[in-house]
Amino acid sequence: MRALWLVLLIGLAWSPVGSAQLTIEITEGQDDPTAIAVVPFEWRGRGALAENIPEIVAGDLQRVGQFSPIDKEDMLGFPSQSSGVFFRDWRAIGAEYVLVGKISQASASDPYVVQYELMDVYRQQRILNKRLRGTGAQLRDIAHQISDDVYEQLTGIRGAFSTRILFVSSQSLGKGKFKYQLKLADSDGARPRTLLDSAEPIMSPTWSPTGREIAYVSFESSRPAIYRHEVATGRREKLTDFPGINGAPAWSPNGRYMAMVLSKDGSPDIYVMDLGTRALTKVAGHYAIDTEPAWMPDGKTLLFTSDRGGRPQVYKANVMGGKVERLTFYGSYNARARYLPERNALVLVHRADDSRSFQIAIQSLETGTMQILSRTELDESPTVAPNGAMLMYATQYKNRGILAAVSVDGSVRFRLPSSSSDVRDPAWSPYLN
Amino acid sequence: MIDRTILKTVASIGFVAALLAGCSSSPSEDDMAAATDVYGRGESARVDAADDRAALRGESGDDPLAAGLDTVFYFDFDKSELRVDVRAALDEHAVYLRNKSGLVRLEGHGDERGTREYNLALAERRARAIANYLSIQGVPNSQIETISYGEEKPAALGHNEAAWSKNRRVELIYLD
Repeated sequence: MRALWLVLLIGLAWSPVGSAQLTIEITEGQDDPTAIAVVPFEWRGRGALAENIPEIVAGDLQRVGQFSPIDKEDMLGFPSQSSGVFFRDWRAIGAEYVLVGKISQASASDPYVVQYELMDVYRQQRILNKRLRGTGAQLRDIAHQISDDVYEQLTGIRGAFSTRILFVSSQSLGKGKFKYQLKLADSDGARPRTLLDSAEPIMSPTWSPTGREIAYVSFESSRPAIYRHEVATGRREKLTDFPGINGAPAWSPNGRYMAMVLSKDGSPDIYVMDLGTRALTKVAGHYAIDTEPAWMPDGKTLLFTSDRGGRPQVYKANVMGGKVERLTFYGSYNARARYLPERNALVLVHRADDSRSFQIAIQSLETGTMQILSRTELDESPTVAPNGAMLMYATQYKNRGILAAVSVDGSVRFRLPSSSSDVRDPAWSPYLN
Repeated sequence: MIDRTILKTVASIGFVAALLAGCSSSPSEDDMAAATDVYGRGESARVDAADDRAALRGESGDDPLAAGLDTVFYFDFDKSELRVDVRAALDEHAVYLRNKSGLVRLEGHGDERGTREYNLALAERRARAIANYLSIQGVPNSQIETISYGEEKPAALGHNEAAWSKNRRVELIYLD
C-alpha cells in the first residue's frame, strides 16, 4: 500500500505542467445504473502493457452514467473467457453483465490480439464475442471500441467513446499576453495533442462531417481569419480574411459548403461559401447582429443567433433565401443553437428572464418547452456527441475555465478540468470509425 | 465671434450625442431604422463639426499620448453606446488625428458572459461606435482601423462585475 502511494506521488510530481491534460470527475450518475463486472484481462506476454484496457472500458461506461462497474476487490475470480464464468458467483455480487477478455501477441513484432466476451448473467448466455487487433499505440483505441460495442449491445444506441474532442486552451502570461492552443483529445480527455499554438486568439473550432478536417478562427495574422486544417497532415488553408469579423465556421452536412459570419458589409451577417468555387452567398443580412450559424440535417436550413428583435434569440433561414423564422421566445437570451435530431430539439445557451445565469438548455421544437440542463452560471458552447446521448459545454469551476458534460436527459454529469490552463470552446467530433 | 463658434460646437456635440444615443446595442427594429436615417444626415453635418473644432483649437493637436489622454474607453453591460464621460478624450484624439495623418486601431472587447461569437459581434459594435464618433469629428475613415477580440483577451481575469466592467472596453492604439 505504501509503495502504491509512493508511485502515485511520483506520478503527480512528474505530471507535465502546461500540457492541458484533462482529468475526469463524475459529479452525478443515474439512480439505478446497470451493474457490470469488467474483469481484468489476461495478458501472458512480457512486461506490462502500455494501457489497461478493462480500466479504460470501465471508465468509459461509468462516465455515461447508465453503468456502475463493479470493483475488482469484490470479484470472486478473474476468468478470461466465457467457459470460466460461473454465473452464480457473479449473481451473488450483483453483477448483471460480465466482460472478460485476454490479450496476446505472437511475437514482439506482431500486433496485439484482444479477444473479449460479454455475458448476460441473468439469461446465462454470451451476448458478444469479438476479436480486435492493433499496435501498442492502438490499445487505447481498442478499449474505446470495446466500450462502443458493449454500450450498443446493452442500450441499443451506438457508442461514441471512440470519438474525439477539439477545444481551445488559454494561459495568461501576464501583461495582457496569452498563450492560445487548439487541442485535440480522446472523448475522455486522454491523449491531448496541440494542433495550433499562437500568441493570438483561436476560436470556434469545428469538424468536417467526415472528421478528417477541422475549421477554426485564428487571429495569428493579427486579424481574424477562417482556416481549414487537415487533422492527419496538419496541412491548412486560409479560407477568408475579410475586414471585420470572420467567424463561426460550420461545415454543411455534405461537406461541400461552409456557413460563416462576415462583417465586411458593416454588421455581422451569415454567409455560405461553396468550398469548391469559394463563391459566397449571403443568407441572412440585417443591420443587427447575425451570428453562430448551425446546419439542420437537411443541408438547406441554417439556425443562427440574431438580436434583430432587440435581444439575442435563435432564428432559422433557408440557405436559398426566403422568410426568416424566430424559434425561441422563452428567456431574455437564447444563442448558439445546435439541432438535436434524436429529440427534434435545440440545444442552446439560455438565460431566463429572471436570472443572471447563462445555462445550457434544450428547447423542444414540437412543444416549445425549455429544459435547463446545466447548473452553473457561465455556461456556453454546447456540443453534442454524435449519438445524441451526451453533450459537452464550457463553464467555470474554481475560477478556471473547464469543460463539463451532461447527458441529454440531465441525469448524468461529469467535469473535465484541465491541469494547467483555461479550456473552452469544445467541439465533439462525428463518428470517426 | 468666439461665442458663436462655441455655440455651434456645443450644438454639434449635442447632435452627435443624440445620434449615438440612437445607436443602442439592442434596439428594437423601429429604433434601428430611425438611427439609420439620422446617420444619413450625420454624414453632411460632420464637416461643420470638424471645421468648428479646428477653429476652436488651432491647427496642431498635441501628442495625445504625451498629454496623458485616456486610450481605453469602457462600456455598460450589453451596451455599445459611448458613455458621456469618454467624449472629451475622444475629441482630443480626433483633433490630433485630423492634423497628423497617423493610423489608429480600435480594438473592441467584451466581458465573458454569454456566447463567444455573439460577444465578438458586440465588441465589434463597440469599436465601430468609437470609429463612428471619430469619423463624425472629421477623422477620415482611411485613418481608422477596427478589430474585435470579443472576450478572448480580457484585461482583468476575474469572474465578477469588477473584472467584467474592466473588460467591456475599446482600446485606442496609435499605429505609427
